[in-house]
Amino acid sequence: MKEKEIYTELSSIRDLMERSAKFISLSGLSGIMAGIYALIGAALGYYLVYGPYGGLQYRNYYISEQEVLWKLFLIAIVVLILSLATGIVLTIRKAKKKNQNVWNPSSKKLLTSVSIPLLTGGIFILILLLRGYYGVIAPASLIFYGLSLVAGSNYTYTDVKWLGILEIILGLFATLLPGYGIVFWTIGFGVLHIVYGSIMHYKYDR
Amino acid sequence: MLNHFDKAFENRIRLQIMSVLVANENYDFNSLKELLEVTDGNLASHLKALEKEDYIIIYKSFQGKKPNTTYAASEKGRAAFIKHLQALENLIKQQKL
Repeated sequence: MKEKEIYTELSSIRDLMERSAKFISLSGLSGIMAGIYALIGAALGYYLVYGPYGGLQYRNYYISEQEVLWKLFLIAIVVLILSLATGIVLTIRKAKKKNQNVWNPSSKKLLTSVSIPLLTGGIFILILLLRGYYGVIAPASLIFYGLSLVAGSNYTYTDVKWLGILEIILGLFATLLPGYGIVFWTIGFGVLHIVYGSIMHYKYDR
Repeated sequence: MLNHFDKAFENRIRLQIMSVLVANENYDFNSLKELLEVTDGNLASHLKALEKEDYIIIYKSFQGKKPNTTYAASEKGRAAFIKHLQALENLIKQQKL
């Protein structure tokens, strides 16, 4: 065998090992879209709580008031559903383009490892809501989301792990600074997603 | 040097099957077929060859009524695969000297 042949052989083996163990059809564009939805949601929520004239000091409402609480909850759910739907559609599209099956061993593993921390976090947040611990909801959502990204990163691009770690750090800071939940939430779910999605898009999707 | 090359891996598809099984805990027949883009019969014959060498372990189960066969690399197969890769890498190093 010639040297060049061996090189291509070795690199094709490495590529196959990586491709079989990791799901690499995640779309960067869906990260950007999720970030945009989150920014719109955060703006609506901000408007709802602080009124049109801004400033984090003077609130029109406190989120302990039931009516505002439900509206915020609704906004969060809509943002979540829109992000998930966009992510699923764009990922299926990308997988089709690459001639890859969306439902393969690595995507199944990715889904199970992501969903355990995510569902735990979801239930935890619902309990916080019911018990009236509103101040810890934003930090909890960031921390659990970050944990689920770190858990899933073994089965997809390793870059996902860094996004997860950043979300966890943001969540911890948000716990340290109560009352600024919306700021951290906007950075974590809005800004970070857009930045990360753009990086992924330029790195892998073009 | 050359006797480190494993006869079982002379075939490209067999080497590919082995690299997938070494990188994963296990892999099922249909996913392997899709990933390697080979026919049922072709894949089955290469799997049989690897099984003969005791390089892979076969698990048969049922998903509802459909038979579901998954494959995993055996210790022996894993060692042979690593040895084969090392032999390839050594060959490159030797040619550089």
